[in-house]
Amino acid sequence: MPHDPSCPLTRAEIIDAYFLEHRAKVLDIAAFLDRLDRAAQDAGEEDFRVLALRDAVACLIDGEGDRVRRIQMRLSDRSTAPIDAAPMQGAFGAPRGEGPA
Amino acid sequence: MSYIDPHIHMVSRTTDDYRRMAQAGCVAITEPAFWAGFDRCSVDGFRDYYRQLTDTEPKRAARYGIQHHCWLCINPKEAEDVGFAEEVMSIIPDFLDCDNVLGIGEIGLNKNSRNELQVLEAHLNLAKALDTLVLVHTPHLEDKFKGTMLILDAVDNAGLDPDRVLIDHVEEHTVGPVLDRGFWAGMTLYPDSKCTPQRAIDILERWGTDRIWMNSAGDWGDSDPLAVPKARMEMLRRHHSAQAVRKVTFDNPLAFLERSPKFRITP
Repeated sequence: MPHDPSCPLTRAEIIDAYFLEHRAKVLDIAAFLDRLDRAAQDAGEEDFRVLALRDAVACLIDGEGDRVRRIQMRLSDRSTAPIDAAPMQGAFGAPRGEGPA
Repeated sequence: MSYIDPHIHMVSRTTDDYRRMAQAGCVAITEPAFWAGFDRCSVDGFRDYYRQLTDTEPKRAARYGIQHHCWLCINPKEAEDVGFAEEVMSIIPDFLDCDNVLGIGEIGLNKNSRNELQVLEAHLNLAKALDTLVLVHTPHLEDKFKGTMLILDAVDNAGLDPDRVLIDHVEEHTVGPVLDRGFWAGMTLYPDSKCTPQRAIDILERWGTDRIWMNSAGDWGDSDPLAVPKARMEMLRRHHSAQAVRKVTFDNPLAFLERSPKFRITP
């Protein structure tokens, strides 16, 4: 079971130490989505990875805790049986054909 | 402060990396057999790789005062061809008596296919028959959760003691099942696809420091052979004690690895 509480830093210390780093990461996500809006030949259905990313971003501001684990699960294949054969060696980062967890 | 990097692929790294790791305090490493970035086309290709792991790399590491150990297997990315995998596995016993071989690894799953699972089970049976330690790779990204659950069941079904099995590459959604079922857990510090040092320390803060270690898994892709000392700095930045840092980056790897009589550290 998780240990709680655990981070020795105060909230103020965490903000002082990490705010700028995460401000930059939020801007990176925004820039990525804006770039998609500006992309050439932007037609057809949205890519499953982008849909998964939008779903994950929504999870950040839904007011619930345990965000990382919940996002990890949203980005995971939640089936349980082995597949018949490996179609490739790599991974996409989001499962095909699954809706929000 | 000395540290152990218990999972790094030094065949893919330069001698400069050995030097920098030694300067950062690395005293020992373990190197699991893995995918070279391409599929090998013959059993002899693996035989040469095992020679590199058991003969060449220990000498290269020793020049910098680092004890080198390794794990042998055919990795899950090359396990879809079961017949070929069985041929490769047949030569593993030829190398198990080498001084630096700790056990079987990094076995596991990649895309969670039936053939991968069959080869994983064969490796687990080999480890049980030889009574060796086991180091397990868990799949990447969207395949990790499902693969981890399949792996934990496979290890249980094989009758292996979970206290002699390290499940590697855990993240926020898999660390709980691994620790709760009595296994050791490894966190891999990667720039993009696994844990950052910050997230790894978050996991330690939530799950504690028992039966868990951190590794760089430095290889031929985007990775950082100095990720472990950087994670130690992150722990200290958050005011964790030097004792806690030592526990995760030295004492825990030592406690697991020294269950093999071949694991040693130069005083």
